Amino acid sequence: MTSLTYADAVESFDPVFGIEVHVELNTKTKMFCGCLNEFGGEPNTHVCPVCLGLPGSMPVTNGKAVESAIRLGLALGCEIRESSRFARKNYFYPDLAKDYQISQYDEPTCFEGSLDVVLDDGTVVTIAIERAHIEEDAGKNTHVGGSGGIQGAEYSLVDYNRGGVPLVEIVTKPIEGMGDRTAEVARAYVATIRDIVRGLGISDGRMEQGSLRADVNLSLRPKAPDAASQSAVPFGKRSETKNVNSLRAIERAVHYEAGRQAELLLAGQPVIQETRHWHEDTSSTTPGRSKEQAEDYRYFPEPDLLPVEPSRAWVEELRGTIPEHPSRMRSRLREEWGFSELEMRDAVAADALVLIADTVAAGAAPQAARKWWLGELARTANEREVTLQDLPVTASDIAELQGLVDAGTINDKLARQALEGVLAGEGSPAAVVEARGLVVVSDDSALEAAVDEALAAQPDVLEKIREGKVQAAGAIVGAVMKATRGQADAGRVREIILARAGVEA
Amino acid sequence: MTDWTRATAAQMADSLAAGEVTSVALTQAHLDRIAAVDGDVHAFLHVNTEGALETASGVDADRAAGVSLPRLAGVPIGIKDVLVTQGLPTTAGSRILEGWLPPYDATVTRKVREARMPILGKTNMDEFAMGSSTEHSAYGPTHNPWDLDRIPGGSGGGSAAALAAFEAPLTIGSDTGGSIRQPAAVTATVGVKPTYGGVSRYGAIALASSLDQLGPCGRTVLDTAMLHEVMGGHDPHDATSLREPVPGAVAAALEGASGDLTGVRIGVVTELGGEGYQDGVRQRFEEALDAARGAGAEIVEVSCPSFVYALAAYYLILPAEASSNLAKFDGVRFGLRVERETIERTMAATRAQGFGDEVKRRIILGTYALSAGYYDAYYGSAQKVRTLIQRDFAAAFEAADVLVSPTAPTTPFKIGERIDDPLAMYLNDVATIPANLAGIPGMSIPAGLAPEDGLPVGFQLLAPAHEDARLYRVGGALESLLNATWGGPLTSVAPELEVAR
Repeated sequence: MTSLTYADAVESFDPVFGIEVHVELNTKTKMFCGCLNEFGGEPNTHVCPVCLGLPGSMPVTNGKAVESAIRLGLALGCEIRESSRFARKNYFYPDLAKDYQISQYDEPTCFEGSLDVVLDDGTVVTIAIERAHIEEDAGKNTHVGGSGGIQGAEYSLVDYNRGGVPLVEIVTKPIEGMGDRTAEVARAYVATIRDIVRGLGISDGRMEQGSLRADVNLSLRPKAPDAASQSAVPFGKRSETKNVNSLRAIERAVHYEAGRQAELLLAGQPVIQETRHWHEDTSSTTPGRSKEQAEDYRYFPEPDLLPVEPSRAWVEELRGTIPEHPSRMRSRLREEWGFSELEMRDAVAADALVLIADTVAAGAAPQAARKWWLGELARTANEREVTLQDLPVTASDIAELQGLVDAGTINDKLARQALEGVLAGEGSPAAVVEARGLVVVSDDSALEAAVDEALAAQPDVLEKIREGKVQAAGAIVGAVMKATRGQADAGRVREIILARAGVEA
Repeated sequence: MTDWTRATAAQMADSLAAGEVTSVALTQAHLDRIAAVDGDVHAFLHVNTEGALETASGVDADRAAGVSLPRLAGVPIGIKDVLVTQGLPTTAGSRILEGWLPPYDATVTRKVREARMPILGKTNMDEFAMGSSTEHSAYGPTHNPWDLDRIPGGSGGGSAAALAAFEAPLTIGSDTGGSIRQPAAVTATVGVKPTYGGVSRYGAIALASSLDQLGPCGRTVLDTAMLHEVMGGHDPHDATSLREPVPGAVAAALEGASGDLTGVRIGVVTELGGEGYQDGVRQRFEEALDAARGAGAEIVEVSCPSFVYALAAYYLILPAEASSNLAKFDGVRFGLRVERETIERTMAATRAQGFGDEVKRRIILGTYALSAGYYDAYYGSAQKVRTLIQRDFAAAFEAADVLVSPTAPTTPFKIGERIDDPLAMYLNDVATIPANLAGIPGMSIPAGLAPEDGLPVGFQLLAPAHEDARLYRVGGALESLLNATWGGPLTSVAPELEVAR
């Protein structure tokens, strides 16, 4: 374990980092065959001769995936190459059905982009993007026996359902000069990529399911005497930490690696250029394979596929479909909704922005929408250990529910009961309200009867009210609400009680 | 009683349509012939007796019921073992696929089934189509019906020998550097390599993806044209498949049969002749040119200077692509698996045991050629040569409608003669390789027997990309001119094979 802290490390060294993000595209079918692109499923059920690499099979490019990749490239400010090619990356591994991966090498579809990332305090950092290329995912190995790793396993199983799923790999240029904000920038960059792919609707962007995966490259170099000459100092040896799969982990991985490398360097030991594995439980990394000798993937142009040659007109048409940058959207929404900075940050943190926006679009007031998603629903999601998006309720359900409250059909308490029904799969809010009979009772004769019954049980209340202790009415209101199972209109009940006491409301 | 195995596919189709013979009878006659001679020839790796007869009886029943049928329905066919056939063993001539039953059909296999042609079986080939003699088949060599001690060409020696031995009227081949045309030449049969992309490669076990092309093999130009039209056409499963319609091969072959070549410019490629070409091969080639001249063709000399680099470029591109294409044979998902302690050792042991020497040689060559630091010098340079060869062809086709050469420099050599000399073996394909590098179509037709050894000589025709029909037009004319001098197709004078009892 490292004893040096991140703060120590960035005090003594200048960190340089780069991030590779793999985005799994949510196309209906895989990158090069017609198999369903779906997360999960019984092992080896979404497979065919192509994604199993059977002899004779050939790939055919999924046009929708190319479209998604180009849109992502445009959102990242990339150039879109007029003619880009797929290439074979050759290496033997059991989860790689053909023992080569179809990827892109020297002619990626998207290249030379830049992305503005907004930090928590509003600081804007521009990240230079090297490339965003299209490739296919590999299958998944499960090692049985031993520690669960490939070493010491009794045997291994391979599931090719994920094999051939379309990916876009986004590679940054080296990011320098972030100093002690390196970890924060790294996290914000990945969060921005996540928001962008979701905004584009091209990926779920779920790090926990692996539909968004990040590798963090980090190196340290000595600090120059003055900031101006820092960029002249050569980069140090870097580590590449693989599969850092949450935003929090991105930050922690940067912390750990900076500390680890600083400790080595201060002790006069070299940093080894290698891949490292991230361990969520201990927030630390361990060495993977050494990259001292670069692996030779023997790239060459994929002869089974034609070049990708999007017409300029199509690229411009796609440019018109790019939603606004997430940070710009955020400030616009904050203004439109009249949220405080804190309310907005909470909504972002809860990943509820789109849900709130959709609820508002469906007719609810922004504050009401926020209250539902960050209140009752956030609690439920937390209890069920799922995301807000996973709850069986839609933005239009919430708008409908709030509409019933606004119309006075139900009150807040009944609305929560109705929501409970919606979440239990009993139907739309209106349907639940009807089925459960959750209607505010405003029929005076029914209410008068209930009030009289309560007054009969507590005969001294009327006297107290007449003596000026109007708050004594609360006990009767409570009793009536209880008797009507919350369906009474409390205001009207109060008026009736006061009328009975002969007091002006 | 008619020996139906001697008929052409066109005659068989006509007789079937006229009700003069049943498909079951035709198919059975070929199965009997296979049983009688294939012990010596070894053209087939797998004979599909039941399946072929089942297709045949289905065709007969439909014909009797008046159902409209495709032109070649009921005419049997042999398929090179490089094409996957659902439920029929497919090995590509390799031990590594021994016993594998493909769960799917190649596009061309599907088209053959849709054409209702009984599949007689799978024909022998050099392992993964690497070779020019079929001696590299893991299941033993095929013998040339003209002289059983000699090679039938390769890699498609099985498909060519099956035709020459009258075991099948039509077969399918694959041509990466001459594997259809050179076997056709040395067995006095006809073989066509279509324009790259003209026939779907989906389901053809890949050797070198940018060079491979499936094509038809027959004993006559017309038969080959009929099969070409069955095989060709766009396939959404092959991204490199052409979107244009199948060339009118049959119409062109019928037009050519008149023997008239008036106004046709025939270009003789200087670089594909002379030094290294057997005397008798040159002699028969010149005689064929004379016949063409006599029929009105204009013979011109054309030079393609970059062709001298073709063989070298080919033996970089092919091994490079093959080294990657053959990586999937790792023992994990299908075929041979030689179990070892770790997955790396299992993969290595499987490949060490499953692949033959020629395959290993080319995988090593290709792996080297693609390695970092060597890519530009080898693969990169070879691709530049390819561009130069395409330019040479483009210039040559300005001066000539078709280009011609002997198909192979020599008549078939003896089995075992060149097995230890890869370079001598590779030289067999010197005249056929440029067409693959440029993606243009080529055809080999019989040009007679070399006087010194009495063995077949092949005449190669090449046409610009997409002009496959031109090959059938000119090839059909030459065939009819030459047949007139021989008194019939050359295969009809092939030596009688001893029939096993």
